Amino acid sequence: MNTTWAYISNYCVYSAMAIFTFSFLAHAFETAWAVRAPQNSDSSDESLLAKTFDYKRTERAARIATALMILGTAVLLAGIVFRGISAGHAPWSNMYEFSITGAFAFSIAYLAALRKYDLRWLGLFISFSVLLTLGTAITLLYRNSSPLVPALKSTWLVIHVTTAIICGGIFLLANVIAGAYLFLDRYEEVGARPVWALRIPSLEVLDQLSYRLIAFVFPLWTFSVIAGAIWAESAWGRYWGWDPKETWAFITWVAYAVYLHARVTVGWRGRRAAWLCIFAGSTFLFNYVYVNVWGTGKHTYSGLNK
Amino acid sequence: MNQKTEIPELGFTALIRFAWRQLTSMKTALILLMMMGLGAIPGSVIPQRSVNPIAVRDFFDAHPTLSAWYDRFSLFDVYSSPWFSAIYILLFISLIGCVLPRTIEHFHAMRAEPPITPRNLNRMEQFATWQSSEDSLEKATIWFKKNRFRVRREADSISAEKGYLRETGNLFFHLSLILILIGVSFGSLFGLRGEAIVNTGERFVNVPTSYDTLSLGKLTSDSDLSPFTITLDKFLGVYDPKTNIPKDYTAYVSVTDGGVKKKEVIKVNSPLTFGSTRVYLQANGYSPIVTVRNEDGSVAFQGPVTFLPQDGNLRSIGSIKVPDAQVPVGFVASFLPTYARSTDQGGVSIFPELLDPKLLFSIWSGDLGLDSGIPQSVYRMDTTNMKNLGLGSLKIGETFKYPGGSITLEGVIPWVNLQIVEDRGKGFALVGGISAILGLLASLYGRRRRIWIRVTDSQVEVAALSKNNAPGLEDEMKSLTEHLKG
Ligand code: HEM
Repeated sequence: MNTTWAYISNYCVYSAMAIFTFSFLAHAFETAWAVRAPQNSDSSDESLLAKTFDYKRTERAARIATALMILGTAVLLAGIVFRGISAGHAPWSNMYEFSITGAFAFSIAYLAALRKYDLRWLGLFISFSVLLTLGTAITLLYRNSSPLVPALKSTWLVIHVTTAIICGGIFLLANVIAGAYLFLDRYEEVGARPVWALRIPSLEVLDQLSYRLIAFVFPLWTFSVIAGAIWAESAWGRYWGWDPKETWAFITWVAYAVYLHARVTVGWRGRRAAWLCIFAGSTFLFNYVYVNVWGTGKHTYSGLNK
Repeated sequence: MNQKTEIPELGFTALIRFAWRQLTSMKTALILLMMMGLGAIPGSVIPQRSVNPIAVRDFFDAHPTLSAWYDRFSLFDVYSSPWFSAIYILLFISLIGCVLPRTIEHFHAMRAEPPITPRNLNRMEQFATWQSSEDSLEKATIWFKKNRFRVRREADSISAEKGYLRETGNLFFHLSLILILIGVSFGSLFGLRGEAIVNTGERFVNVPTSYDTLSLGKLTSDSDLSPFTITLDKFLGVYDPKTNIPKDYTAYVSVTDGGVKKKEVIKVNSPLTFGSTRVYLQANGYSPIVTVRNEDGSVAFQGPVTFLPQDGNLRSIGSIKVPDAQVPVGFVASFLPTYARSTDQGGVSIFPELLDPKLLFSIWSGDLGLDSGIPQSVYRMDTTNMKNLGLGSLKIGETFKYPGGSITLEGVIPWVNLQIVEDRGKGFALVGGISAILGLLASLYGRRRRIWIRVTDSQVEVAALSKNNAPGLEDEMKSLTEHLKG
């Protein structure tokens, strides 16, 4: 264990928070500044979007916002790596470490999806959530870096936790998109979207996008659960023991399996699918928060209830 | 109005067939799956006997009436309860009933030719047409071969299909779930799980009486225990000097298995394996070795007494019961591997290793209650009918005298708690898990699509259709048309 590295790690996390703050401001600026005051009804055949929104004016702000997001994510990664160096093991042994890694996974999932889809409208939300997560982590959940108890020393554990955190980031992203779907759906039902939401892709694209994310992550989640079972078998002598954490991992798995069936075999789309997606994602969040903090199983390594 | 609801006369077999069809419909399977998810929830909120029996006992004390009701619905044993078992057994049957016929169907479909080219190709997802050229069908055949489509050649058209892997993967996935269920049930029916505390120097022989707790699967019998012995030669716990957090536990053991003797090492994440039985290092603690003498100096008791750790620094509690002493005597004791005093708690331990070990105890004489027939914890003592003879403390090598005898702390040895598990089903479960993932990947990323080409006197028509709107069909069409035109 090395305290210097732990301090460097903390500085990285603080710096990442600062950078994400700027990214958040840049995103906010981008959205706010793009709104053009409606000019006296010169109703040509220009679309509403072009008339009231002008993203050319804020293209630079948008680019800066994304660049800051990439930088912040990189600095956060450095913070996680240094935390690992200070502790002498992969830094996933308490809730502080889970949280900063989760925030990292969330922003990486966004940045990766950004390469393929035009998701910049999500940036405001993503930078804010990452900021919130990091803030909570460093103020409420912080624990000193420490070595691992013997049961946690295992390659399978590293694999299990890494994949679980990646899955978490993607589950959340899918939830955010499903949430956006439901939100916009309400507007479109009675009329038009609000001006600021015009750039968000069509409902159909959102619907498809959250499905793609889940279809991508479901096998990974299955793998993560199995990796956890392999680890549990070597550490505790049983691969499945219905410990609360395992139970909720199973419930999450079932919920997403139901979601996939509802889509593929029953043909659910749109609103119902979005609700199901959000429900499934909440079981994951519940597992993370409830079982880590208040649970009593073998998995409560949050370091909070000592 | 006198309307009779027409109920068709159902014969017994028809009824059975109806029930079977209901059970094996996908809707039922999904509902069962969802019920299994919902049914798992109470077990994560209410304490479970299998996970934390002490919490269950506390819950009973705190809420007696509620607990009785909970118990009636097996809510303290959710995962082995009749209703939970019913859900997964039904799901199991439903899965089999629905996947097997589909597998057979798929097997036939894979060997059959693709269906006939439909008449109106221009209604398909992708469609293109241009001036005819002579050899389009031949060229198309080459392209389909190269891209490994299965083709059906007709006089003026070709119907081609690809992507059966998707359905194969899907069936594979669902069949794997069955395999996992088989593995899990096999493991619990034929399994064995038990624990035994072994002091340094002691030998564990794998027979039922050696276990402190032992639960056998429903179809397991005592004689199925594989014959091995384990002697604990030495146990080593390494702790971080700054944080007191354990860094490493190692048990050095001598093993005999089928007449072969070996030296082995057990660590927390690396159990010892005997066939399908594995031995895990679960916990550890200290056993003070004490000698209790009568007033005349004769030995009334001598040996290690297992103490139960209470905190991370291995402050341990235990009781030393000597009913055979001339004055029956018992000691309620705590053992501190590294002794320190705290103002509010008295003696505490400040480090888990044996840096300054000390045994603190109160001495009691009278009826130890061992013959009362009420099972007693070995770590605790019921002192209601006993008389207190005072308090004492001992370092290693010291002797404490009390009215009627003396006690000596000879030394301290570590003990380990071995968990012995036999699970013959886990191999199936693992294979099921791996093939489930592979099947899932094929099922989610496989693309099933059909491409048709028809050549008439004047025109070539090409059309394509994909299942589930999988992307990529457009590129394939482009590649084909370029090949045909080029
Ligand atoms: C009798 C029961 C079941 C039937 C008939 C059934 C049927 C199906 C069918 C027809 C598909 C779609 C295949 C396709 O279009 O490519 C599917 C996909 C799937 N099933 Fe099931 N299923 C059953 C039970 C289960 C269970 C218990 C699970 C457990 C988790 C499960 C998990 C999945 C998954 C993950 C997919 C992939 C969805 C996708 O392709 O996007 N199924 N199932």
